[in-house]
Amino acid sequence: MATESKITSGDFLNNLGKVYGIYAGGFLAFVVVLAILEQLGMPDRVLGYLFVGFTILVYAIIGVLSRTAQVSEYYVAGRKVPAFYNGMATGADWMSAASFVGMAGTLYALGYDGLAFVLGWTGGFVLVSVLLAPFLRKFGAYTVPDFLAARYNGNLVRLLGVIVLVACSFTYVVAQVYGTGIIASRFLGLDFQIAVYAGLAGILLCSMLGGMRAVTWTQVAQYIVLIIAYLTPVVILSAKNYGIPIPQLTYGEALQDITAREQEIVAQGLNVGNTLKPYITPFLSYDRLNYFALILCLMVGTASLPHILMRYFTTPSVRDARKSVAWSLLFIFLLYFTAPSYAAFAKLEVYTNVIGQSLDQLPSWIGTYSNLGLVKIYGVTLQGLAGSIGAVKAAVAAGAADAAGVAVALQSKGLVSELATWSTLVDPVKAVVFEAVKANAAVTAQEIFQPAIHAAATAAGNTTNLLGHSGLSIDNDVIVLSTPEIAGMPYVIAGLVAAGGLAAALSTADGLLLAIANALSHDIYYKMIDTHAPTARRLIVARILLFGVAVLAAYTASTKPADILAMVSWAFSLAAAGLFPALVLGVWWKRANRWGAIAGIIVGFGICLYYLVGTRYFAVGFYEMWSGLSGASEAAVAKYNDLKAAFEGAAPEVKAAAWKALDTHAQTIANWFGVRNISSALFGLPAGFIAMIVVSLLTAAPSKQMQEFIDEIRRPKGKELMEGGNLVRDVH
Amino acid sequence: MAGPDTEGHWGATSRLMWIALAIWAFFAFVIHFFVNILNNIVILGFPLGFYMAAQGSLIAFVVLLFWFARAQNAIDSKYGVAEDE
Repeated sequence: MATESKITSGDFLNNLGKVYGIYAGGFLAFVVVLAILEQLGMPDRVLGYLFVGFTILVYAIIGVLSRTAQVSEYYVAGRKVPAFYNGMATGADWMSAASFVGMAGTLYALGYDGLAFVLGWTGGFVLVSVLLAPFLRKFGAYTVPDFLAARYNGNLVRLLGVIVLVACSFTYVVAQVYGTGIIASRFLGLDFQIAVYAGLAGILLCSMLGGMRAVTWTQVAQYIVLIIAYLTPVVILSAKNYGIPIPQLTYGEALQDITAREQEIVAQGLNVGNTLKPYITPFLSYDRLNYFALILCLMVGTASLPHILMRYFTTPSVRDARKSVAWSLLFIFLLYFTAPSYAAFAKLEVYTNVIGQSLDQLPSWIGTYSNLGLVKIYGVTLQGLAGSIGAVKAAVAAGAADAAGVAVALQSKGLVSELATWSTLVDPVKAVVFEAVKANAAVTAQEIFQPAIHAAATAAGNTTNLLGHSGLSIDNDVIVLSTPEIAGMPYVIAGLVAAGGLAAALSTADGLLLAIANALSHDIYYKMIDTHAPTARRLIVARILLFGVAVLAAYTASTKPADILAMVSWAFSLAAAGLFPALVLGVWWKRANRWGAIAGIIVGFGICLYYLVGTRYFAVGFYEMWSGLSGASEAAVAKYNDLKAAFEGAAPEVKAAAWKALDTHAQTIANWFGVRNISSALFGLPAGFIAMIVVSLLTAAPSKQMQEFIDEIRRPKGKELMEGGNLVRDVH
Repeated sequence: MAGPDTEGHWGATSRLMWIALAIWAFFAFVIHFFVNILNNIVILGFPLGFYMAAQGSLIAFVVLLFWFARAQNAIDSKYGVAEDE
């Protein structure tokens, strides 16, 4: 075919090892060349641009070379992707910006309890392989709703499937685009909005022309970059500190040192406010119920997320689908079993060289990340101080005579963002900033950093000159990003980490985008609106929808929606409760029928969504309705009643503030049996199963043809049951 | 050639599914119920309970999946429903 490019030819598929071997070698050589250029004096900014620009260029070239005009290439990469490479692609598809940049930080903050994420995001692949992927592969659909529609006879189930798919994938893709914006703006100094649209361009170049085929081969390339980038800094660190370049083994020693240091910190009286949680002690942040509930929800969610399941539609056979899940998990494992070593090394570094150090002699990396507002010393950041200096100048110009007058002046001028920055400071720090600006209008944040943190420390009850445990707060992202600098590595390693984070964000965004756009173009457009559309039109519609969804995601990300990152973790519960019962019973229980599936999806998804939205956005109402089931302690209930009385008796002008206090507190007690809303599938999942089973049994059994159809899905032998996105024969 | 033994195949497949899920449940949940007890055992600096959640269970999942793929292939071949090479 004239429009087919080289990349489908046997040549490419037969030489994958060689092609990607050369690519990986070339990438390493590129890193070495940049390292040399750095030694020759190339500025950091240019190195950053080269890193990011070069890698995105490579992905784009792969994306363009993989363009296609065939429907099956566009939707399932022609079902020609070998198990091993599909495993790599799935690894990149799976590991998002949050896994790459945020996971180690979560472990740093939560210690043992954070391992729920490590377990939850790996163990789910067992469910994928044992319960679902091979059977869905045999079925031969293009999308997950396609399977639901065929198995459960009709477009109503298809539509419900699409709704759940979009609900769990869209916030997730927005978070990825947001992640590309954060990484690009931090390392390249691009404006966040511009960075978001640059990321969008990168994503579109990889996916638009070649659909699944292009996404597959770029994801393989992205996996290679992201895993090299993730392992390199921590391997160097391990070799440097322990003499063995295997961080996954050497951090055991760090764990011991952390425990020893924790006891010293307490003994030295640095644990004011009792904020220190012993790192390896379980169930301090999550209780047992929430720990295990979270593991369950993440695992079942993994097995239900359409962008993961559809990767296994691309293997040449059922056998390869199973093998491919195993490879996927191996490639994912490489990152996830390394993340705890990042966390442990960072914890030890902080406990040894930061906590308990003189406030005047903090390590320089603290300053670097304080500048970005990511590290706070007693609530003070260089970024916040710089903003406050500007705020004070504006306020003085507007007539403020003292620190107390600044807020009033800013308010009267309508300087909202300055006022917000100013309000984050405690009063003694405000005084420091105001006096400094009054004495010297050209003062810098750097110059007032020391007096500011001393003032803040005193205000927090620390009268020593040493940094206490409660005085340091670190953003999750810093752990991975700062490791090269903490270990004194050249900037080229930091650039490598940025390229890796970008690869992780882009690859996941591609997969999600394709899942959403394919559901809209194949399931909604082709299957429900225009069932006779010719191939060319189907592909045009698919590309237009892909473009549209991508732009919408980028636009949403560019508005910096406050809750977006928290909402990503909801995706797992929504997918688990909405899709898992219908998918699993569809394969494993012949008696499951259409009405059962409809009931199961609506009840499972509905309860899950009700719990998520209710506990987060309508906490007061939720608590009032379900106070009998709440896991709140007596003290928390008493506090709630006090706040409620305060709200009811509040004067009109403070009504809003009283409501906010009440709502914030209500969010901590609006629950059933103390289950956090991140684990809401704990209710939705069993409810979905029960609804599906009960309703199936109350209505007629599926037809004879359907029973045979299920038998065929269960047997690897024989042809797929769908071809070109259409059922080979009628099964209803 | 006799037709493939469909029922036998599904029986064996179901059995393997339950075995795989039992191993999964053990490493996903059961072993972590005993984290405090396991933490008394320390190897190379790792308290065993912590180690199981950070690495041990993950390794078990990976091995389980490769084993499962082989075992299911063997079942498919035995009952004559494997795909053609």
